[in-house]
Amino acid sequence: MIEFHDVTKRYPNGHEALRNVNLRVESGAMAFITGHSGAGKSTLLRLTTLLERCTRGQVLVGGHNLSRLSRRRIPYFRRNIGVVFQNHRLLMDRTVFDNVALPLVIAGHSHAEVGRRVRAALHKVGLLGRSRAFPVTLSGGEQQRVGIARAVVHRPRILLADEPTGNLDPELSREIMGLFESFNHVGVTVLIATHDISLITGLGYDILTLEDGSFVPGAGAVT
Amino acid sequence: MTSLPEPAKFALSSTGGRWLRAWLTRHLQTFFYTLGLLSRAPLASFLTAAVIGMALALPAGLYVLLDNVQDATRGWDGSNEISLFLQLEVADGEAETTAARLRDWPEVGVARVITREQALEEFRELSGFADVMDAFSSDNPLPAVIVIEPAVDAGDAAAMEKLLGRLGALPEVDFAQFDLAWLKRLYAILRIVERGVLVLATLLAAGVLLVVGNTMRLGIESRRQEIEIAKLFGATDAFIRRPFLYSGLLYGVLGGVIAWVSVWICFMLLGEPVQRLTALYSSDYRLQGLAPWASVALVTGGALLGLFGSWLSVGRHLAAVEPS
Repeated sequence: MIEFHDVTKRYPNGHEALRNVNLRVESGAMAFITGHSGAGKSTLLRLTTLLERCTRGQVLVGGHNLSRLSRRRIPYFRRNIGVVFQNHRLLMDRTVFDNVALPLVIAGHSHAEVGRRVRAALHKVGLLGRSRAFPVTLSGGEQQRVGIARAVVHRPRILLADEPTGNLDPELSREIMGLFESFNHVGVTVLIATHDISLITGLGYDILTLEDGSFVPGAGAVT
Repeated sequence: MTSLPEPAKFALSSTGGRWLRAWLTRHLQTFFYTLGLLSRAPLASFLTAAVIGMALALPAGLYVLLDNVQDATRGWDGSNEISLFLQLEVADGEAETTAARLRDWPEVGVARVITREQALEEFRELSGFADVMDAFSSDNPLPAVIVIEPAVDAGDAAAMEKLLGRLGALPEVDFAQFDLAWLKRLYAILRIVERGVLVLATLLAAGVLLVVGNTMRLGIESRRQEIEIAKLFGATDAFIRRPFLYSGLLYGVLGGVIAWVSVWICFMLLGEPVQRLTALYSSDYRLQGLAPWASVALVTGGALLGLFGSWLSVGRHLAAVEPS
């Protein structure tokens, strides 16, 4: 589902964020990327969502070679992916319901369909009762669950998360991980970048470690 | 060797079918969403619309005023007479024979004599100087006049000029003049004013474009995060542009309505004094406000300017917002 072939990303200032990276995440799999901050985790996710294009190599997502994808098609490509951010990036002037509804409205679903799916997503993350609330009135864990509901409400094939538990205590973090696992169980391909190794060891998923823009040889990484 | 099922490719277009309904839904959603945005900051929205309204009201008001002046003087244009003021020593009988002679000219349609007595009587009635005139009663200072309606086409200025010259050269004639020369000058001035209004309207329309454009730029700036998130979740440029275009349109419509109301109020205030003035000229002329078609044109013009202004600005500024 996600493939990187000899991918290098160099920024205009000369910094090489990724160096000859190879990666393969099968459809329906769940994997973690770890590493220190600045090791290239975020860059890898940004290349996957076409926020940036790689300097060398090939990125294939969902059967599409991203370097051949025209600018016009990028929005439609992104509708197949759900993204969760460390700081959740909710819109503070909109209700929980409206935040979660955004991807569906973008895709042009009918009013009734939007309501049905948003309620289902909020039910899944346990926040159905707060749909009329504004994000500021929620706790950090609840805000992140709203962010997750928004990322899955349009039933994406791939779920990407960049440090989704970065601001949460261990107990809440485990709860959030449990949510990601439940989405993976219904067939969603999940790729999570995190530096919280203690949280993910023992879960039984591939863990790929980035160091200075390259994968450290070990389990899971295709070299 | 295990072969994994080949993952189906991502769909890279919006779901087909029933696109008209989807299109309608999308536009209705955007319309009400934009209406909500504007009503959430009513004062700011009103002020923006008011600036547009004032910019539209000024040329619209001037235009209507101009239209009124042209309307009020239109009736006078039809008569196109030449007055021949005869020498004082020409007697009324001589005047009649001269008039009869002139009637034989092919360029002359009608030649009517106003005798010295009639002229004095008319002046006495209309000027209000009856008492003063009575003091001169022994000595009538007014000459006899022959009023000529030319058979020449009134639009043919050269022919008219030639006729005027020939008439003025007659020995009995003191001088000949077009009665409505001053009206022609007024029309020339009105045409200049008309052009001025057009220039002013163009400048103010450019002002409206700038106001709307700047409002959109600020709107994009303040909703940067929202735009970034929307782009991350697959919003097309058209999707992001749409609410801005709608708000430009709504600002324009609102501005047009405010302009209409302003013009209406101004003409309400002017109506009474103007009527008093026209009464002094023994006319029952009434000030006309904006005609229905002009009202529609005003609001439509505002809407188009708003739409165009936001289109110009949004195209330029949205490209600068890319998600990070």
